[in-house]
Amino acid sequence: MKIAVCIKRAPIMDVRFKVAAGGAAVDESGLKYDIADFDSYAVEAALKLWEKDKQGEIVAISLGPDTAQETIRKALSMGVHRGIHLKVDAVPFDGFAIAQALAEALRGGGYDLILFGKLAIDSSNGVVGAMTAELLGLPCVTACSRLDVAGGKGTARRELEGGSETVEFPLPAVLTIDEGIARPRLPTLPGIMAAKKKPLEVRPAQLGEQRLRITAMELPPERAGGRIIGEGAAAVPELVRLLQTEAKVL
Amino acid sequence: MANVFAFAEARSGELRKAAFEAVTAARAVADAKGGEVHALLIGAPGIAVSAEQLGRYGADLVIVVEHAGFAHYNPEAAAATVAERLRGGAYVAAFFSASAHGRDLAPRVAAKLGLPLAADVVEFDAAAEPMTAKHPINTGKVIATLTLSATPALITLRPGAVPPVETPRAARVEVAQPGADPAASRVVVREMTQGDSAKLDLADAPVIVSGGRGLKAAENFKLVEELAEAFGNAAVGATRAVTDDGWRPHSDQIGQTGRLVSPDLYVAIGISGAIQHLAGMRTSRTIVAINRDKDAPIFKIADYGIVGDVFEIVPALTKAVREARKSR
Ligand SMILES: Cc1cc2nc3c(=O)[nH]c(=O)nc-3n(C[C@H](O)[C@H](O)[C@H](O)COP(=O)(O)OP(=O)(O)OC[C@H]3O[C@@H](n4cnc5c(N)ncnc54)[C@H](O)[C@@H]3O)c2cc1C
Ligand SMILES: Nc1ncnc2c1ncn2[C@@H]1O[C@H](COP(=O)(O)O)[C@@H](O)[C@H]1O
Repeated sequence: MKIAVCIKRAPIMDVRFKVAAGGAAVDESGLKYDIADFDSYAVEAALKLWEKDKQGEIVAISLGPDTAQETIRKALSMGVHRGIHLKVDAVPFDGFAIAQALAEALRGGGYDLILFGKLAIDSSNGVVGAMTAELLGLPCVTACSRLDVAGGKGTARRELEGGSETVEFPLPAVLTIDEGIARPRLPTLPGIMAAKKKPLEVRPAQLGEQRLRITAMELPPERAGGRIIGEGAAAVPELVRLLQTEAKVL
Repeated sequence: MANVFAFAEARSGELRKAAFEAVTAARAVADAKGGEVHALLIGAPGIAVSAEQLGRYGADLVIVVEHAGFAHYNPEAAAATVAERLRGGAYVAAFFSASAHGRDLAPRVAAKLGLPLAADVVEFDAAAEPMTAKHPINTGKVIATLTLSATPALITLRPGAVPPVETPRAARVEVAQPGADPAASRVVVREMTQGDSAKLDLADAPVIVSGGRGLKAAENFKLVEELAEAFGNAAVGATRAVTDDGWRPHSDQIGQTGRLVSPDLYVAIGISGAIQHLAGMRTSRTIVAINRDKDAPIFKIADYGIVGDVFEIVPALTKAVREARKSR
């Protein structure tokens, strides 16, 4: 199977973000980056599918400035075969502009499956996968938490509010991957060494027009919190009293 | 004329709260800009009886599309139907829910129309020209204000962000055809399983009682369920440690890679408070934590913490909550 995986480089989230001067972007100083959470699940899903018969190849595609190559190398070190870097000065927020560039790069590539993350952890949009599928005219299943592919078709499971659905689709298809699917593997040392020699092609990206922009940013109010009211079951009456009189939720 | 479109989400022949939220949002824009609200209701034959309910939340016109192929969610035919309507209607804005189905549907529609989409919106300025909307990014640690410079402005609304408001009117009903043959869809939902319908979904529940690895075993989750039952209006959530071990389904997981929730009350039981878990529940109005480790990070954001053993405290709390509700 020939599989493409679209991956994004995103900041690691366990920090306190600051708004940069200008007020419409995050201050990038001190941030560390990695492949976005769900995109690593998509890479893992691709590796599992490929490992079934080890035919064809997996191509990782990332749109971004030169630093996107680090993210592609990470995927290569997990076992992806080659990379395509779609070069831009900065990644736009408008997912449709990104989808147009990805669709352009994917078109005619002969992929049986094109995988995306369910959403990019930084933009938190969850739109690029389904948009790219539409632009390519391919069937699409979003937020797959289980996946089975055989004989030119597939079955996926999607989680719903209070339920789930089982979805069938023909190949070629676009899928966006949710977390339940499989824990992403860690790169091994031989994997990291091999990744350095794997092909990584750089192409200019053909971004669409940007019509959705971040024009302001703010940090949500800090939680007061941090109040321990007691120890053991003896503290329960006080908790119930506070829930009734102070929080008014009981 | 500035008409506004709302997608009236239904499942198994019944409107979801998401439908009323979308119509309520559309009403706000229509009132600010002077236009009508057109709600699109798609479903299996019989769905038309729900049209009237949409008028209660402010729909002036309900477009009903009935087809046996819409018994389950049918993404391709639904997207074609919505896109056809939006193409023909000169709408200024279109609202969907950021529900599982809405998040699937809206980007398909956006791409068909060649438009951007503001996803998972928690607040919007109905009067602004061009429209602006707030959307949490970076796991909710930053709130971005988005400006949508394309018409119609396509928006998915975070469930719960726009509480339904009744502004009753008698909606006109128009019957329409699917924008594509539902039987010809390549992507087919074969089966839908719905959990216990008496149980509240995490998105709708005013109270969430959530359990972590501190509960030690799947069967001990009944302590969490009993406390939820005692509240009467609570849903049960879990950490990834718990869903990984299969004690609860992945759909119950709260956090960065699970559900994002914002209830009035969140009770964290035997949960350490890892940053990825906090990402999903930090915006809850009141947070209670029960943990035997007084240094657990969950206490840093808890309004009320109790240090101690969950097996001692939770049953006592369940009893006290039951009594408090009885004597009310
Ligand atoms: C990319 C990524 C994404 C992730 N996404 C999520 C996510 O979406 N949601 C999520 O929840 N996690 C997520 N995680 C995992 C997260 O980092 C934590 O591992 C997880 O939240 C821990 O779950 P826990 O609190 O149940 O378990 P633990 O961290 O093991 O905590 C158990 C707690 O129970 C307490 N305890 C034990 N016994 C008792 C007792 N008898 N009485 C009282 N207290 C007791 C302990 O003191 C401890 O604080 C993610 C991790 C990564 C790397
Ligand atoms: N700059 C990018 N390069 C490659 N893939 C991307 C990029 N941005 C988004 N994607 C893919 O689209 C998915 C959804 O992104 P988003 O719609 O921004 O949440 C991500 O999980 C990635 O798989």
